[in-house]
Amino acid sequence: MKDNGKVTNIFLSGVGGQGAILASNILGEVFIKAGYDVKKAEVHGMAQRGGDVTTHFRFGKKVYSPLIKYGDVDYLLSFELLEAIRYINWVKPEGKIIINKSEIFPPAVNLGQMAYPNDVEKTFKKYFKENVWMVDGQAVAKKLGNAQAANVVLVGAFSNFFPEMKDERWIEAIKTLLAPKLHDLNVKAFYEGKKAL
Amino acid sequence: MKEIMQGNSAIVRGAWEAGVKVAAAYPGTPSSEILKDVADNYPEIYAEWAPNEMVALQVASGAAIAGARSMAAMKHVGMNVAADALMTLAYTGIKGGLTIVIADDPFVHSSQNEQDSRNWARFAKIPLLEPGDAQECYDFAKISFDISEQFDTPVILRTETRVAHSDSLVEPGKRVESKMPLGLDPKEASKYVMVPAFVRLRRKIIEERMRKLEEYADTFKYNVMEINDPSVGVITSGVSYMYTKDVFPEWSYLKLGMVWPLPKKMIAEFFKKVKKVIIVEELDPFIETEIKAMGYKIWHGKDLIPNMYELTPEIVEKCLKGKKYKEPKVKVKPEDLPRRPPNLCAGCSHRPLFYALKKLGAFVFGDIGCYTLAVAPPLQALHACVCMGAGGGMAHGASKALGKEGLGKIVAVLGDSTFLHSGVTPLMNAVYNKGNSTTIVLDNRITGMTGHQEHAGTGFTIRQEPTNMVDYMEIGKAMGVKSIRYLDPYNIKECMEIIKEEMNKDEASLLLCKDSPCMLLRRAKPLEKFKNPLYVIDNDKCRGCKACLEINCPAISWRESAGKTVDGHKRKGTVYINPDQCVGCEVCVQVCKFEAIVPGKK
Repeated sequence: MKDNGKVTNIFLSGVGGQGAILASNILGEVFIKAGYDVKKAEVHGMAQRGGDVTTHFRFGKKVYSPLIKYGDVDYLLSFELLEAIRYINWVKPEGKIIINKSEIFPPAVNLGQMAYPNDVEKTFKKYFKENVWMVDGQAVAKKLGNAQAANVVLVGAFSNFFPEMKDERWIEAIKTLLAPKLHDLNVKAFYEGKKAL
Repeated sequence: MKEIMQGNSAIVRGAWEAGVKVAAAYPGTPSSEILKDVADNYPEIYAEWAPNEMVALQVASGAAIAGARSMAAMKHVGMNVAADALMTLAYTGIKGGLTIVIADDPFVHSSQNEQDSRNWARFAKIPLLEPGDAQECYDFAKISFDISEQFDTPVILRTETRVAHSDSLVEPGKRVESKMPLGLDPKEASKYVMVPAFVRLRRKIIEERMRKLEEYADTFKYNVMEINDPSVGVITSGVSYMYTKDVFPEWSYLKLGMVWPLPKKMIAEFFKKVKKVIIVEELDPFIETEIKAMGYKIWHGKDLIPNMYELTPEIVEKCLKGKKYKEPKVKVKPEDLPRRPPNLCAGCSHRPLFYALKKLGAFVFGDIGCYTLAVAPPLQALHACVCMGAGGGMAHGASKALGKEGLGKIVAVLGDSTFLHSGVTPLMNAVYNKGNSTTIVLDNRITGMTGHQEHAGTGFTIRQEPTNMVDYMEIGKAMGVKSIRYLDPYNIKECMEIIKEEMNKDEASLLLCKDSPCMLLRRAKPLEKFKNPLYVIDNDKCRGCKACLEINCPAISWRESAGKTVDGHKRKGTVYINPDQCVGCEVCVQVCKFEAIVPGKK
């Protein structure tokens, strides 16, 4: 089968309120400014009620489908451990995985009916070897004074995979999308994240 | 310069550039962003939240008949509500362009059913355009007003979740004001007054219009033929094209921008140019049925492509490749993992109310809103949910069927927004027909589920101007409800007493939740009423009885670890209250029998 002019597939997953949508918006700014065609798809609606949030993000010369094909994910960027393992089957064998070390219990775990998976990192490493990176976004962000910036820490870590995209592009995107009073914190979060990998 | 836009925003941009003056909607996923975007970004367009989709379409069509380009937006089930207006607007036609945006929800991400809105176009005999990404949303919205005016017809712009809620690049342009003069002409009664004699005249015009539209479809610039490998040709539209093109870029395509009426000459030409034809469409075999009726033989269609749920690139690939499709390796079975369903927020006023209803053993007829989540375990306190406003009518019907047996057992619950949407008339009916149902309005001061849209009961317009605020008590009185009482949902005991009393009365009653705003509605200061900022577990007292888990608060979790209370009661574990999530609503405090939940400090 012909390759559709090399489209890169990034799958973001997390829990409502973790800022996965802001992260995907930053990616959008960066890759659009770099001249790529971009499509992204989110399921909205109930994220504010603690549901899971996923974004399919695709960029390339020309992108048709807004959805990534199952099993075709190049990069899995997850903001929460359970929401990472939920999508393990989506990642290509040579895909790369970046996971935020955050545990948010869903109702079945809170109620003591099901166990929270305790071997997420191990499972990913079993299948993806050295292509798995764990980042403690909250811890890094907390040191900077605000745990809310964990999402941008993850974006900073993720930026390492695209050395052709200069830091300025990422910083510009962050500044475009966030209120001025949040710029300092998030620019620092980006650089700390970049160092974290 | 190109900009990234959500499909919904791109529609608005196209409509604005086309000179739209009036837009109305009732929110519904995935269409809700449309009117908000109009209100936030395009002051040239008058925008309003209507109480329901029918009113939204009435407003837009009135504006159209006065010469203004106008738009109504809704989700697929909203079109069912607006259908009465639509079916006859097809006869009257419009003057200024009128576009109705209908957003479908295949796979039911956030709806009460799955519908294929393309069927409305065939049913009402009006044209329908189907964009597949944001650029097309923009282009098709813009041209829809020209089509509407050229053929004197409302036009449907049909999207679906993956179009409405996906973002892609759009090349926007400038607004051009419509050249249509504004004004009303009283001499046009035969066009706008649909009495039988005039209807029969207009009926013929509809047929003529459809013939002209069929010819137009053959020249429509967004019906596009791409001839690549001629051995396989795909007829498709919207996002189905995007998926198929992604997986099979080498094939030939007839991509339909206008799905109704179909371009017959173009279809004939396509069948000549390609060897075998596959039809790929989401949901119903809409195009397929029509093409088969034209006498063509197709290679594949709904024999392989499912007629339910949404399509995805892998579903298209799997269906069309059959055994040649290579399934990615399953490393972890997703069904072995705990799901993460949406839940009522910590502190939400719906939680204690439904807990009270559960304790009362009531059969609860509900409708659409956050509170529909009360169906989930462990609350499981909602027993029917069909459509907006349905609870009131259904509770009345059930109580009529059960007679005295039903007394004390049945309640209807509605939200404030859905009460105004379509819950007032069922209540009126219950009083008029001497029913005895109990209707509870879960007033949280906003349209909650869809993301905080104003309505006639909030006191603000879509542009945040202060306005009249409906008084639910006065509505009830005017309709003749004798027993109307306020309810504090946060007081479980009192709630149970009042609801029990009202359920047992042999007359219709109305209960209004008071001081119970949505936890996310900052302007209502929802946390101010709580005495303490949070509560914590007193581990000396907690017996691990799990009673507090029954309320399904996201802040409360179970921690297994055998031990004892201070006074020696054995326990298998304790509960934990997450201080970052607890807002101090005291619902768990009321549920705990051992005084083990105590005030904490932030």
